[in-house]
Amino acid sequence: MARKITVALLILMCFVLQSTVFRGLAFGGIVPNLLIVLTSSFGFMRGETEGLLVGFFSGLLCDIFFGEMLGFHALIFMYIGFLNGKFCHIFFPEDIRLPIALIVVSDLSYGMVCYVLMFLLRGKFDFPFYFKSVIFPEVIYTILVTCLLYPFILAVNVRLERAEKRRAQKFV
Amino acid sequence: MSPVIKRKGERFTIPSKYLLFVLTCLCTALMALTIGTDLFNRPLNAAAGYVVVPFQQGISRVGQWLSSRSEELVQIRQLLEENASLREQVDELTVENTLLLQERAELNRLRELYKLESQYEDYRKVGAHITGRDTGNWYSVFQIDKGEDDGLALDMNVIADGGLVGRITGIGPNWARVTSIISDNAHVSAKTLSGTDPLIVTGDLKTMADGVIRFGQLVDSQDAVAVGDKVVTSHISDKYLPNILIGYIQTINRDSNNLTKSGYITPAVDFEHLEEVLVILDLKEQIQDREE
Repeated sequence: MARKITVALLILMCFVLQSTVFRGLAFGGIVPNLLIVLTSSFGFMRGETEGLLVGFFSGLLCDIFFGEMLGFHALIFMYIGFLNGKFCHIFFPEDIRLPIALIVVSDLSYGMVCYVLMFLLRGKFDFPFYFKSVIFPEVIYTILVTCLLYPFILAVNVRLERAEKRRAQKFV
Repeated sequence: MSPVIKRKGERFTIPSKYLLFVLTCLCTALMALTIGTDLFNRPLNAAAGYVVVPFQQGISRVGQWLSSRSEELVQIRQLLEENASLREQVDELTVENTLLLQERAELNRLRELYKLESQYEDYRKVGAHITGRDTGNWYSVFQIDKGEDDGLALDMNVIADGGLVGRITGIGPNWARVTSIISDNAHVSAKTLSGTDPLIVTGDLKTMADGVIRFGQLVDSQDAVAVGDKVVTSHISDKYLPNILIGYIQTINRDSNNLTKSGYITPAVDFEHLEEVLVILDLKEQIQDREE
């Protein structure tokens, strides 16, 4: 229960920060994607189920407030969380390279999928332009923010796991 | 043991691939259902609005408060100096004001002749603050702090600086989503004041950085439209009210089909620094009803 509440608060915090504070700090109109960082972190830290659930709710929040239809971002975020969960068994909290690499790949693929579904299908073929002006800057900015946000998410998760372990021992 | 439900101690858990499958179906169904309708919007928007919007408003207010406090500290010294010079200016302005009052009378007369600006002074308007902007980087969508409880409704037009900003595309009890006309998926039917030929104004991510938007499908067989012409919304649209200023023509080119023209428009609104907007409470359909 504590975990559910904490994760819900984390999603809410990232969404609110991304739509308000980081809009004010945007470089060239580009915001970092905190929700991708959160989704993919929970994917590789906790496994497929939790990754896909965090992704689903993050995406749904985006859809409700800014999407044209419900379920579009929810679907993309959910698959990102699920696929990140596949790397759960090779994840170690001490190693920073895997998380960074996974977050970069996640954000990159999110950008690609968005381009294909929202622009390519409407006949906008200038991929180099969109890559240069939206996808790539977003990835760079997201990496910078990851360096601050990821240790925080990791610390929250370590605490939750410790508390859960303690509670489990108490019942045994 | 059933493959779907594994028994782990006392708790039932569903394997992730089944959960993924179920949620994928759910998302696809939701997309199919909500692409043209707003079936689930009311309860979902209300629930999400009550949870998220207070946080957003708080954070934007804290941000504004912090920045204004820090500015105050910096500005106190400047303000003292400015105060002295402003007193001098007050005297000058009093003189100027009397002149301007005379000019206003003239303006009112001219407005009556022009019959355009006065038209959208008649509309009932309500001010709103922008509390959040799109979390993605593709479309230009933002969120305002008023909703159904303040009398807003879907498709209401939003203006700022005397120009068209966009229209409401999503609404909850205490928030509304505005899709701006510079968003890549927005199209507005418009006309120029010089010619009566219609044209289509299209938002474009590519030109957003240059501060212009595209227009196209302008017939203009008499070459009446020139650079610098005012572009306003046309009577054709069923969402946008007529005669709201969109911007000024910056460049105009003949298309390769030799029949239509296209080019770029400088919008009247500074979209990058928007903080407050005005929502026009009159809907296009209502206005037509009233006229009939």
